[in-house]
Amino acid sequence: MNFQLFPPQAATTAQESDWLFWSLTATSFLICVLIFVPLGWFAIKYRRGRKVNRDLRDFPSWKLEVVWTTIPLILMMGLFAWSAEVFFRMESPPPGAIEINVVGKQWMWKLQHAEGAREINELHIPRGEAVKLTMTSQDVIHDFFIPAFRMKQDVVPGRYTSEWFIPTKTGRYHIFCAQYCGTSHAAMIGWVYVMEPQDYQRWLSQGSPEPMAAQGEALFHSLGCSGCHGVSSKIHAPPLEGIYGHLVPLETKEFVVADDQYIRDCILQTKPALVAGYQKLMPSFKGHISEGEIMELIAYVKSIANTTPPEGFTK
Amino acid sequence: MSHEPENYLTEHSVRSWLLTTDHKRIGILYLLSIVVYFAIAAAAAAMMRLQLLQPNNDLVLPETYNKLFTLHGVLMVWFFLIPSIPAVLGNFVIPMMIGARDVAFPKLNLLSWYLFNIGGSCALYAVICGGVDTGWTFYTPYSTTYANGHVVTMIMGVFIAGFASILTGLNFIITIHKMRAPGMTWFRLPLFIWSLYSTSIILVLATPVLAITLLAIAVERLWGVGIFDPNLGGDPVLFQHMFWFYSHPAVYIMILPGMGVVSELITCFSRKRIFGYHFVAFSSLAIAIVGFLVWGHHMFVSSQSVYAGMVFSILSFIVAVPSAIKVFNWTATLYKGSISYDTPMLYAFGFIGLFTIGGLTGLFLAAIAVDVHLHDTYFVVAHFHYIMVGGMVLSFMGGLHYWWPKISGRLYPEMMGRVAAAVTFIGFNLTFFPQFLLGYLGQPRRYHAYPPEFQVFHVLSTAGASILGVGYLMPLIYFLWSLKWGKRASDNPWQATGLEWQTTSPPLRENFEEIPIVTKEPYDYRPEDDPEHEPQAQPQHA
Amino acid sequence: MPEPDAAHAHQFESFEQQRDADTTGMWTFLATEVLFFGGLIVCYTFGRFSFPAAFEAASHHLYVGYGGPNTAILLCSSFTMALAVRSAQLGRRKALVGFLIATVLFGIGFLVVKGFEYHTDYVERLVPKWHFHWDGPDAGHAELFFWLYFVLTGLHAVHVTIGVVLLSVVACLGWKGKITAENHMTAEISGLYWHFVDIVWVFLFPLLYLIGHR
Repeated sequence: MNFQLFPPQAATTAQESDWLFWSLTATSFLICVLIFVPLGWFAIKYRRGRKVNRDLRDFPSWKLEVVWTTIPLILMMGLFAWSAEVFFRMESPPPGAIEINVVGKQWMWKLQHAEGAREINELHIPRGEAVKLTMTSQDVIHDFFIPAFRMKQDVVPGRYTSEWFIPTKTGRYHIFCAQYCGTSHAAMIGWVYVMEPQDYQRWLSQGSPEPMAAQGEALFHSLGCSGCHGVSSKIHAPPLEGIYGHLVPLETKEFVVADDQYIRDCILQTKPALVAGYQKLMPSFKGHISEGEIMELIAYVKSIANTTPPEGFTK
Repeated sequence: MSHEPENYLTEHSVRSWLLTTDHKRIGILYLLSIVVYFAIAAAAAAMMRLQLLQPNNDLVLPETYNKLFTLHGVLMVWFFLIPSIPAVLGNFVIPMMIGARDVAFPKLNLLSWYLFNIGGSCALYAVICGGVDTGWTFYTPYSTTYANGHVVTMIMGVFIAGFASILTGLNFIITIHKMRAPGMTWFRLPLFIWSLYSTSIILVLATPVLAITLLAIAVERLWGVGIFDPNLGGDPVLFQHMFWFYSHPAVYIMILPGMGVVSELITCFSRKRIFGYHFVAFSSLAIAIVGFLVWGHHMFVSSQSVYAGMVFSILSFIVAVPSAIKVFNWTATLYKGSISYDTPMLYAFGFIGLFTIGGLTGLFLAAIAVDVHLHDTYFVVAHFHYIMVGGMVLSFMGGLHYWWPKISGRLYPEMMGRVAAAVTFIGFNLTFFPQFLLGYLGQPRRYHAYPPEFQVFHVLSTAGASILGVGYLMPLIYFLWSLKWGKRASDNPWQATGLEWQTTSPPLRENFEEIPIVTKEPYDYRPEDDPEHEPQAQPQHA
Repeated sequence: MPEPDAAHAHQFESFEQQRDADTTGMWTFLATEVLFFGGLIVCYTFGRFSFPAAFEAASHHLYVGYGGPNTAILLCSSFTMALAVRSAQLGRRKALVGFLIATVLFGIGFLVVKGFEYHTDYVERLVPKWHFHWDGPDAGHAELFFWLYFVLTGLHAVHVTIGVVLLSVVACLGWKGKITAENHMTAEISGLYWHFVDIVWVFLFPLLYLIGHR
C-alpha cells in the first residue's frame, strides 16, 4: 500500500505556503503545551481529597487577564500580516506569464494553451516559468485545485477567475475539483505534468495547432463579427483594434477597462454597456458560442491590442 | 410512581405531553426529537465512512454518496446541533437558573417544537422521496438549476425549522431580560445564561437572512427567475455571501452554548469560583458580535476581491481571541480547586482539549494564504468536526449527565459514564485527527472515491468512527436503564450552587414552591472545605 | 400555589412584568423582520447597481398612481393606529374600536389597490415567467426587477394581511371590553407591528417606484 505523509512541494507558492503552514503548526503546538501542561498539572495536583494549600488570596487576576488578552492579539496580528503578504503575491501574476485557458464543465476540465494546443483533464507546463490560468465554468461552480502547488481557485460561471504559479519540480501531480459540483465530482480530476522547458516546447509543437488568437480571428470572420467591427465595415460599430486593456467611454458617461470580463459580457450581452456614440445594434451570441470560443475571440482582440487605438478611446 | 411527590413528570397522558407549555417538558420533547434526527444523520455518516474504506469502493453509488453527506449535513446542522443545547438543556434549565416559573412565552415555546418537527418531517420526506444531493450549503447554480431531487422540499424543511429557532431565541432573550428572580442581577447570572443570551441574539438576527436566502433559491428553482443565476447576469457568489452571513454565526450558535455548559461544569467539579467571570461573560458577547463579520472567510477562493479577503481574514483572527480568553480562564479556574473526575467533568476536560485543537486549526484557515491550499479539503472537515463534535457534542453530553438527576430524578451509573466519556474521546480523535493529515495532503471533501495513497488515513478514520459510535450508544442505553433502575437522585447531588439545584429532583410543575431571592454571585464554592458551598439564593420568607 | 389571577399569565410575577415582556418580545420580533426584509433589499441593491439602466426602465412601468395613494393610505392607517393606542391608554372603548376599524379599513383599502395594481401588471405582461413580455433592451434584467418587485411587495402584502386579521381580533377584544386603560398592551404591541409594516412600505415605495425620477 503506498503511503505518504506530506504532499509533494512543486511550486514557489507551495514553499511559501508550507513555511506559513509549519510555523502555524509550531505556534499551535506551543499554545497547546501552554494550555495542556498547566491543565494537567492542576488536575493532578488539586484532585479532590489531596491535602494541598487551596488558599487563594491576592491573586493577580487582572494582570493575568490583560496578559492573555494582549499576547494572543499581537500574535494574531503578526500571523495575519504574514499570511496576507503571501496571499497578495499569490494573487498578483507577473507580466509575461504563459497563458492557459481553462473551462470547467460537469465533469471534466478543458484546457487550451495560447499557442493553440488543447488538453482534457491534463495540463502540461514547463518548469521554472510563471503560468497563469484564466478559468471559467460552463455550468456550476468548480474549483481548480493542485495540491502540489498549494493552489486553488473557484471556477465560477459567468466570470473569469485566475490563478498562477511557478512550478519548481518536474513530475506528475494531481488536479482535483475542490468545489462540489454534482454526481461525478470525485471524477473531475486530472494530472499536471511539469516538464523541462525544452520538452515542453517539443510537446507544444506536436500536431502544430494554430495559436488561439488565429483561431479567434477565424471565428471573428465566420461568426460575422468582422461584418460590423471590421476596418472596412460600413455599419457603424466600435473598432476593436487597440482597445484591450484600455478605458472605454460608455454612453452612461462612465469608463470601463476593456478586459476579458468586459469583452465576454459584450459578446453575450449579459451586462450591456453601450459604448458612447454608438447605437444598440449588437445581437447577443448567447447559445451560439461556447466558452472556449469566447476565450479564442478574446485572445484575438488581445492580439490586436497593440495596433493604434482609434480616436476617442483614451489610454 | 404514585408515592413520589408531585412533580412535572407526574401527569402521564400523551395529551398532557403534546399540549404541554411547561419548558421542562418541551425540553424533553426536543431531546426525543433530536435523538431521532441524530440517529439518522449518524447512520448516514457510518455509510459514508464504510464507502471510504477503499479508494474505489462500490458500496454505494456516487449519487447515493452525495445524498448521504447532504442528509448528514442538513440533519446534523439544523436538526441536531442548533437545537441541541439551546432547545434541550436551555429550555430545561434557563427558567430554573434565573428563578422563573417558565419562559416568557410558553405557547410560542410549544409552537417552536411543532414547527421544528414539521420542518424535520419535510426534510425527511425529501429524503424518502429520493433525496437531495446539493450538500447542506445549497450552493447556486447547482442547487437552483442542475441538481436533481427534492431540493425545494428540503429547503422548505429548513425554512420552517428556522422559525422554530427564531421563536426559541426570542423566548430566551425576553426570559433572560424580564423574568429574573429578585436579586438576580446581570452579573449574578450563571455563565450558561450569558452564553445562551449571546446565542439567542444570533438566532434572532441571523436566521431570517437564511430564511430569505432559501426562499430566493426555492423561487429560482421553481420559476427560473432569480438574482443568483449567472445566465441572467446574476451572481452565484451573492448567494454564498447571504448563506454564510447566516451560517457562520450559526457556527457560534453551535459552540457558544457548549462554552456555557463547560463554565458550569468546571466550577462545580473543581469547587471553585469561575476565574474572570466578566471576561468569560463578555467574551461570549464579543464572539456573537464579531462572529457576524467574518462570514467571508468561507469564500477566500470564491473570487471575492483580495481586499475583502484581507478584511475577513483579520476579523477571523480577532474572533479567535475571545475564545482563547475562555480557555485560559477555565484553566486558571482549576488552580487551587478541589477537582473530582465525575463523568460531566471528564466531558468538560475533553471539550477543552478538542475545542483548543479545533480553535487552533481555525487559525490555519483564517490565514488566507494557507487557506488557499486547505479550503474545501478534509482539513476543513476535521476542523469543524473538532468544534462541532469535540466542542458541542461533548459539552452537550457533559451537560446532559450533569443535569440528568434533575431532569429524570435518577442517577446514571457513574462508572459506565466515565467509560463512555473515554471511549467517545478516543474514538473521536481517531476519526478526525487523520483527516487533518488527509486535508493537508490535498484530499478534497465530498469525494466518494480517492487516490490510493490516501487510503491509510481513511481506514484509520473509519475505525475511529466505529469506536465513536460505541461511545454514543452507551449513554443512550444507560440513560434509558437509569429511568427504571437508577438510584433516586437527591435534590442537589453535585452540591452545586445554582438555583436549579434548590428545587426538588425532578422539579415541581412551576419549578419552585416560592420564587427564591438571589443574594449572591454564582459559583460560591469553597475548595478549602469541599463540599461546602453557598447556594446562590435564599427562600423568600427566611 | 396561588390561583393565577386573570390579569397576568401564570409564568409572570406581575402584570407590569408581563407587559414589559410582551413589548420587548414584539421589538425583538421586529428586529427579526428587519433582517428578513434586509436580505431581500441586499438582493435588490445588487441588481440596482449591476443593471442600473434595466432597473430604471423597469421601474418606469410601475404606476406611481397606484403606489403613491397606497403610501398615503398606509400613512393614514398609522395615524389612526396611533390614535387607537392612545384611546386604549385612556380607556375609551368606543374610540378604540372606531380607530381600529378605521385602520383595518385602510389596510383592506391598501390590499384592494394592490390587487388592482397586480392585475394591471398582469395585463401589461409584467409578471415574470407568466407571459412576461418586454419590449426594451435587456429583458432578462427587467424580469429580475419584477421578480424582486413581486417578492418584496408580495411579502409585504402578506404582512399587511396578517396585520388586518390581528387588528380585527384586537377590535373584537376591545368591543368586549377586554382592553382597558390598565390592560392595553394587546393594542400597543399590535400597534408596534402595524407601524413596522407601514415603515417597510415607506422604504419599498421609493426603492421600487421612484428610482430614476430626476
